[in-house]
Amino acid sequence: MSDKNFLRDFPILNQKMNGKPIVYLDNGATTQKPESVVRSICGYYGGCNANPHRGAYQLSVRATDIYESARARVAQFINAPAPASIIFTKNATESLNLVAYAYGLTNVGAGDSIVITVSEHHSNLVPWQRVAQARGAALEYVYLNPDGTLNDADIERKISARTKIVAVTHVSNVLGLKNDIKKIADKAHSVGAVVVVDGAQSTPHIPVDVQALDADFFAFSGHKMLAPMGIGVLFGRENLLDAMPPFLAGGDMIEYVEEQSTTFAELPQKFEAGTQNVEGAAGLHAAIDYIQAIGFERIEAIERRLIDYAIPKLSALPFIELYGCAPSVIEKKTGIITFNVKGVHPHDVSTILDLEGIAIRAGHHCAQPLMKFLKQNATCRASFYFYNTIDDVDRLIDALKKVRKVLRLEP
Amino acid sequence: MNLEDIYTELIAEHARSTDNRRRLEHATIVERGHNPSCGDEITLELEIADGKIVDAAFNGAGCAISQASTDMMIELLNGRDVDDAKRRAQLFIDMIKGKITDENLLEAELDEAATLKNISTMPARVKCATLAWHTLLTSIDRRDQPVDR
Repeated sequence: MSDKNFLRDFPILNQKMNGKPIVYLDNGATTQKPESVVRSICGYYGGCNANPHRGAYQLSVRATDIYESARARVAQFINAPAPASIIFTKNATESLNLVAYAYGLTNVGAGDSIVITVSEHHSNLVPWQRVAQARGAALEYVYLNPDGTLNDADIERKISARTKIVAVTHVSNVLGLKNDIKKIADKAHSVGAVVVVDGAQSTPHIPVDVQALDADFFAFSGHKMLAPMGIGVLFGRENLLDAMPPFLAGGDMIEYVEEQSTTFAELPQKFEAGTQNVEGAAGLHAAIDYIQAIGFERIEAIERRLIDYAIPKLSALPFIELYGCAPSVIEKKTGIITFNVKGVHPHDVSTILDLEGIAIRAGHHCAQPLMKFLKQNATCRASFYFYNTIDDVDRLIDALKKVRKVLRLEP
Repeated sequence: MNLEDIYTELIAEHARSTDNRRRLEHATIVERGHNPSCGDEITLELEIADGKIVDAAFNGAGCAISQASTDMMIELLNGRDVDDAKRRAQLFIDMIKGKITDENLLEAELDEAATLKNISTMPARVKCATLAWHTLLTSIDRRDQPVDR
């Protein structure tokens, strides 16, 4: 199957923007959805919709089956030991907040430390800032080497006897570099801390095995991996989840409710209060099926080919500044390229590219501390997925050549 | 929509211009404006005496539209009465929101800033164009507070 054949499954990518075929390069923000995912949602509402876990009638049983089989599929997908260790949330942000509030506030005290990295997305940063503030703990940052990789010596220094939580992204949403989670987990566990992994940018692109990573918690979003928006996942070790208080309270997460006290349901229901996003779970199930039918080996090879083609082309343009693309880090690189056009604000770049039908991201990418570290107010980001083509890269390069001319910086 | 309708020669010129990029020795107002979604930042400085803007300048970093719009605003409003400046700033914001489209009126009241009218068709860039003007309105409302650099 050639790259072009994927486009048959994504009708949205077969349209024109400003009279030009669309080139969608904002997959780090959200991916498009194949028809099989859209069909799974229609199929759920067309024949299976009822409130799961509640009714004793056939439709409710069907809805429950769809919801719980999605959970089992997710567990298998990331090699979690059991479906009970998979909590459905609305996205990675909610998953990380669940850990921060239910685990963090319970287990972090005055004088303790929480260690994160400077390349975290705000969703794996602001919740920890709030926990640290609420408990009088220190929030410490692991900084980067000049090439954008995590500084190993700083990891050793910052993770100390007083560290209770180490929260780290698997792949940076700005630099696109993979972090060695196992190594960080080993260090965290050696001081008795837990490791919380933000897998939003890794799970769609590389195989994830939460047991091999030795992650205590692992969060990701469905919508960045072909599934609908509004469904996310938290994996947690069962013994940790069992000991944690609930995050949200209400229906479905209880066992017995008395006037003044409540006992809570077993995992995973304990963390899934209220009616859940069954259509989202159905869509996520279909998305995983689609991804596994292609296989990560193939997905990684396609993204690698795009990166290997794009980076030298971009480097050859004298007016382009690249971040996290040095030869020393290419092995750790996923399909994200962050850059600036010299003398042009990223927002202008993205407007000019948009008029050429090309969608990229411009801004601080919800990573303001990292922007400060890079000494940039904002950057442009092109992020690929397996349905992108070499032709898309050529269109990007051609459009970038126009940017400085449009702004009269060049004749 | 064509690129030329947005990134006009005039906007490119104003975005690059350094004429109004300076600090005022006798500023009575220093107000920061920030567009968190894309990182545009400006610091507007005004010297107001007897209800009149006697000098105005700015510093900042951001996209061509935000910077050109700020430069145009200062050229338009420097030397005007505060109430007149407020009225014209509101008119500019209404133009960008697409509420006022009378070109003759806009050109008469907003001069070169009226050329930013096309931004009203680009929702993603409205904040860039209006940043300086909102900052001006905020700063005038707070003009009795002490200057804080």
